[in-house]
Amino acid sequence: MFGVQGRVVASITLRATMGRKRVFLFAIPPLILVLVTVLLKLAHPPATDWPSHILGDFGFSVVLPLTALIIGTSVLGAEIDDGSVIHLLATPVRRSTVIMSKFVVAAFLTMIFVAVPELIAGLIATGGATKLAVGLFVGALVGSVIYNAVFVMISVLTTRAIAVGLLYLLVWEVVLGNFASGARILSVEQYSLGVANSIAHNTGLNAHLGLPTAVVMGAVVTVATLAFAIRRLGSFSLKGDAV
Amino acid sequence: MSERTSMSAIELRNVSRWYGNVVAINDITMTISQGVTGLLGPNGAGKSTLLHLIAGFLEPSRGELTVGGAASWRNPDIYRVLGLVPERDSVYAFLTGQEFVRATARLHKLPDPDAAAQRAIGIVEMTGAQDRRISTYSKGMRQRIKVAAALVHDPQVILLDEPFNGMDPRQRLHMMDLLDGLADQGRTILFSSHILEEVERLSGTIQVIVSGRLAASGDFRAIRRLMTSRPHVFLVRTSDDRRLGATLIGRPAVTGVEVTGRGLQVRASDYGAFSRELATLTRQEGIRLRELLPEDESLESVFAYLVES
Repeated sequence: MFGVQGRVVASITLRATMGRKRVFLFAIPPLILVLVTVLLKLAHPPATDWPSHILGDFGFSVVLPLTALIIGTSVLGAEIDDGSVIHLLATPVRRSTVIMSKFVVAAFLTMIFVAVPELIAGLIATGGATKLAVGLFVGALVGSVIYNAVFVMISVLTTRAIAVGLLYLLVWEVVLGNFASGARILSVEQYSLGVANSIAHNTGLNAHLGLPTAVVMGAVVTVATLAFAIRRLGSFSLKGDAV
Repeated sequence: MSERTSMSAIELRNVSRWYGNVVAINDITMTISQGVTGLLGPNGAGKSTLLHLIAGFLEPSRGELTVGGAASWRNPDIYRVLGLVPERDSVYAFLTGQEFVRATARLHKLPDPDAAAQRAIGIVEMTGAQDRRISTYSKGMRQRIKVAAALVHDPQVILLDEPFNGMDPRQRLHMMDLLDGLADQGRTILFSSHILEEVERLSGTIQVIVSGRLAASGDFRAIRRLMTSRPHVFLVRTSDDRRLGATLIGRPAVTGVEVTGRGLQVRASDYGAFSRELATLTRQEGIRLRELLPEDESLESVFAYLVES
């Protein structure tokens, strides 16, 4: 997609990300999601709308953003932290190629570790390829893209990307996104739920945005954060001597 | 050759770099051309900052900086003619040496990345270890594979930040021979070091950086002479410091004498002449020489002298 340079960057990123021990961290949230779904399915709870709450609320407000945070901040942030990114940046590769390749790998991995488990949990919870299961899958695919654009940008801006990302999730997505109705138009969780609900048509998902708003705003946030990340990586600076 | 030389030149005109109120690089003007140039200075003098500025990884706060005629800041195309060997030891340790160098060749979009990687690995004599993961390499091997990656696109300018750090003497000699050979091929090689002997062995020209300023620049031998002919301070302890002091003050090689609680502090303008005269005088006067200590032999004091002179 980005030529030979993009493929090299993506291949190194994939090996670096999957080779680190944190790959086990990626698997924990989706495993919990599937496990809870199986247990609830076996327990036959009295509330019949539990799948939309578990897979929508827990899946989209905890599993998806946390997994995207760990993956999105590690694809580039880990190389910036340990200094190995210099070997990549001291070549004539466009900074846009670096960012886009890293972003594609992060979004792809998040889809594998979140969207696919959402689909599996949805199939288990609803007993087949229902609108809810498909909607959650598509919503998680969209969320994987937007969240990773945000987290890749954060990893270029700060060396404390995980802490800053967590703060963003807690303050913006959880508190403002859920309690301030005006902030929902800038909530990645609401974009994902909006897309999911456009297929599932399920009030239990607590989606507050329609499909057009969710798609347009999601695209704007993705493009804007990636453009900013490219610009900032173009000004990447090394520390000099201790002064 | 003239085209190659002009392409090789690194030019700095009144370049400064500061962080807030702290000036890391202060108004440096220099031209570096073909051959090996040593960037010498004590730790924290600004050598790495200067190399990062040249390599395009820091923006000059003021001044103009070009490599091969083009500005290096925010210009990834500069890496077509420039190879960088950073000081930090962090490499993609999960790759083999060969994978790392070949990946770099592909990032440079070289027409035959495999052949280019093999050539670069051969230059640094790492062919035998190329299929091992970099995580298993020694410090010296890592350094060499980093050099191979920096050389893979056959750059005209190579920057190396403290390339001898952590190397054993054999590895140092090998790296020095390697850099010598690269310079003989017409390349411009700039390396930083805080060790005088490394620079002495390797480079004809040096740039001495002290406290962010260019303290001395030019032929190494001339600067070395300046360093050895500077006034030296010694502490001499004898059986009769006062009598020796009175005798020494009349000698032309001695510029000052002070009797202190620790012994006799002597300032000598000529290190060799003073050493010879001290032995003769003490013998003639029947004074027993107990101790002779140089008081300002640290590299920092040598650099400080260069700044003053």
